[in-house]
Amino acid sequence: MKKPLFLPPQGYRQRRLRDAARLLPILAVFLIILPMLWGEEASDLRRTSSDGIYLFAVWLILIIIAALLARRLSSAADVTPPSPPISTAKDKV
Amino acid sequence: MPFNLLVFASLAYVTILFGVAFFVERSAERGAAGWLRSPLVYTLSLSVYCTAWTFYGAVGYAARSGLEFLTIYLGPTIVFIGWWWLLRKLVRIGRQHRVTSIADLISSRFGKSNLLGVIVTVMCVTAATPYIALQLQLVTLSFGVFASATADGWAKPDGDVTAIWVAGGLAVFTILFGTRNLDANEQHTGVVTAIAIEAVVKLVALVAVGIFVVWGIADGPRDILARIDASDMANWHMKPSRWTGLIFLSAAAVICLPRMFQVLVVENSDERHLATASWAFPLYVLMMSLFVVPIAVVGLELMPAGANPDLFVLTVPLSQGQGSLAMLAFLGGFSSATSMVIVASIALATMVSNHIVMPFWLSLRPARAVPGDVRRLILLSRRLSIAAILALGYAYYRGSGGSAALAAIGLISFVGVAQILPAMMGGIFWRGATRTGAMWGLCIGFAIWAYTLFFPSFGPDAVLSAEVMANGPFGIAWLRPQALFGVHGMDPLIHALFWSVSLNTVAFCAGSLLTFPNPVERVQGAAFVNVFDAAPANARGWSEQGAAGAEDFLVMAQRILGDDEALGFFEAQAGAQGKSGYLPDPTPSFMEQLERRLAGSVGAATAHAMISQIAGRAAVSVEDLMAVANEAAQIMEYSNKLEEQQEELSRTARQLRDANDKLTQLSVQKDAFLSQISHELRTPMTSIRAFSEILTMGDLPPDMVTKYGRIIHDETKRLTRLLDDLLDLSVLESGTVQLNLDLHNLRTMIDGALQSAGHTRPERSFVIHRDLPGEDIFIRTDGDRLTQVFINLISNARKYCDSDAPELHISVRRKGGRVTVDFIDNGSGIAKDKQALIFEKFARLTDQTKAGGAGLGLAICREVMASLGGTIAYLPGQWGTAFRVTLPLRMERP
Repeated sequence: MKKPLFLPPQGYRQRRLRDAARLLPILAVFLIILPMLWGEEASDLRRTSSDGIYLFAVWLILIIIAALLARRLSSAADVTPPSPPISTAKDKV
Repeated sequence: MPFNLLVFASLAYVTILFGVAFFVERSAERGAAGWLRSPLVYTLSLSVYCTAWTFYGAVGYAARSGLEFLTIYLGPTIVFIGWWWLLRKLVRIGRQHRVTSIADLISSRFGKSNLLGVIVTVMCVTAATPYIALQLQLVTLSFGVFASATADGWAKPDGDVTAIWVAGGLAVFTILFGTRNLDANEQHTGVVTAIAIEAVVKLVALVAVGIFVVWGIADGPRDILARIDASDMANWHMKPSRWTGLIFLSAAAVICLPRMFQVLVVENSDERHLATASWAFPLYVLMMSLFVVPIAVVGLELMPAGANPDLFVLTVPLSQGQGSLAMLAFLGGFSSATSMVIVASIALATMVSNHIVMPFWLSLRPARAVPGDVRRLILLSRRLSIAAILALGYAYYRGSGGSAALAAIGLISFVGVAQILPAMMGGIFWRGATRTGAMWGLCIGFAIWAYTLFFPSFGPDAVLSAEVMANGPFGIAWLRPQALFGVHGMDPLIHALFWSVSLNTVAFCAGSLLTFPNPVERVQGAAFVNVFDAAPANARGWSEQGAAGAEDFLVMAQRILGDDEALGFFEAQAGAQGKSGYLPDPTPSFMEQLERRLAGSVGAATAHAMISQIAGRAAVSVEDLMAVANEAAQIMEYSNKLEEQQEELSRTARQLRDANDKLTQLSVQKDAFLSQISHELRTPMTSIRAFSEILTMGDLPPDMVTKYGRIIHDETKRLTRLLDDLLDLSVLESGTVQLNLDLHNLRTMIDGALQSAGHTRPERSFVIHRDLPGEDIFIRTDGDRLTQVFINLISNARKYCDSDAPELHISVRRKGGRVTVDFIDNGSGIAKDKQALIFEKFARLTDQTKAGGAGLGLAICREVMASLGGTIAYLPGQWGTAFRVTLPLRMERP
């Protein structure tokens, strides 16, 4: 038995979805660190209020993307549920 | 606002939470708590990250250093939206290995080493103490704000008195709900729900104050933005080192803080909830921080210059005459503080009891001794730990005088727990990480943290003298606590974070590279790092040749998990092995499951030690070592299916073997029975024939005729009884039996059964222990049939109990929609090899003459119970022979 080298479209999409979920925090770090770069150069021109608006906007956008990804990922996971961990008494609770 | 009204409001609030927690625990026990385990409650419970420090302190932080406060929330945001990397793995590991705390995770990963558990526990307790003190301080301060606002009502109490009341109250609440029972998975549904409600209260409170500030005081968002640029905050500049350092720090803290680990991993009831939390939790903290800057700006404008910015959330509404809004804000802050203290003390108490108290207690016991009442001991040690942790927090509060800026104390704690990060990351992503490496890293990181940040935080001359602070110990400038290795000019916090975490990581990696892990470490390492790989690559540590029987394990498990839990678990395990009853074979996989199950209550290291006491030393088999050494995991993935089939086959084979054994034994018994029944039939037949022959001769005196007639009559009665039993059994077995369903009182039925069974061996005096109030249950069932079963069990006890002072315990319990009735006597019990046989027809354990019956009693009982929708089973692991009858509360007609 060997894993196939290429996947059918559905499986392919799911893998890319996972890639997106993995890449999102890297994008987040980049966007959040960004004000540091422009803050240094022109400190007199920067205004705290616009920094704040930028950060909150980035924050909200990241949350929205994360929400979309989480929905797609969990609906994809429902098709092939991960093997549930051993829990005998827990289910009785 | 009068002070007594404030106290009343807080008490009422706590009472409501108490009620909610109580109600939830009750409904969870009845199995009706499905909606409580929703992703929403999970997400809200994560908000325990937002403590009073963030509720009050964030505004103060913003007033002092502008947007920097956002770092405390942006770090967790990055961790949560990156859940696919880390949190998913952490939660999966936590559930698969039944991790009870962060100390348990580290100890379990590195070869179930308890020393590591102790180190992590000590670190966490040390780091959490100032944080708990901070919460007490904030609640006390907020009380102070209200009490000083008016002259009426009670006099403002001493801050120390308030703090001690708050600490005491929290200890009582936490003990009542955190340690009510020893949960199988260390989950506390009631507490979690209460925390979720507190999360809503604090969010609503902060948002309400924010809306009031933006639209009530200022003139909408545009005005607020203009005010920001006009205030001191406009002079704030982003310092790259603090910005990145603090984001890293808060990201580390959100996974390493014991209370966050508790709600994130331990209390997680479904992995899918994490997907929702991945965006919902960042959204929550976004809303928590949205109005922080506006409140800070308006507070700076409105309040006199010397006002404490940490309390703007309260003082701004109060200064505008908004008493009820301030009250809401006060409850929000109170919620933040209480939820943090409750969860943190539960998490820390679990760690202290599992890693310090239990191992110490176990080491005092002689090897192989089955421990006594462990549950009581664990609960007691947790309760004492909770009280001790809150006492420590209170002592720190008294000692520090509670003057330092809030943000500073919180960040000191964060850096302390961040020292666990390298060992944790290495543990779950790097198979080469070893115990020695983890130990080096943790100790070095902790030492540097204490030296550069924790001790200096007490102020000069408190722990480190001013001389050491300025010139280094023994005048070595190189070792100055705030300029280590000659690095000047760094922010003290970032300096401490940088040196402690980097040297910690270096030591961890070096230690791991230079040392060789022991087998258990390697097996655990593979299991943790490859947790998502198909079959749970488990650490198979137990060999089958152990002399211990399943009953020994059952006795131990009952003492830790409780009777019902343990019996349920053993029954399920036996079922998985294809056996019926309560005693599975002590196979390696069963022992491993049992170890994990126990680990859920007492931690991995202790569970391992307890099983070793019974089963002997754990052995890692050659195959396992090969798997570790040769990366055989990949091959195993392919042969997974094969393994599954093989397992199925061996299960079937075991079932067949059991069935065959049973058949062979039965055929022997049946032969014996046939000769017995022929004898039983023949004896009355012979006398009937003889006497009837005499009667046909005639010429007999009338009294002789009567006498012989009676003999014939008695003998036919005996025959009929035997045939009746056989007939009854065949009717029951064919399932055509007629049931008369009606409501019956269980106590009346047991009374009747005791009376009828009293005719069996009436010369023996039995002591009967009953639980009369518990028996007062109405059951819809066939009363006559059920009584028949009871009579049978009681007369069996009367017949066979071999004690000199025989006793019979009858205990009744209701659980869900079912009733269980246990009949337990103090005889010598039934040998294990006979237990499977007693419910079979014609089975008799003692020699037949003593028993008197034909061996059909228990077989009839079993059939009766089956037709009543219930079961009857032999209950092993009690002090004598024990039978458990289980039946539905309301039987429905099929």
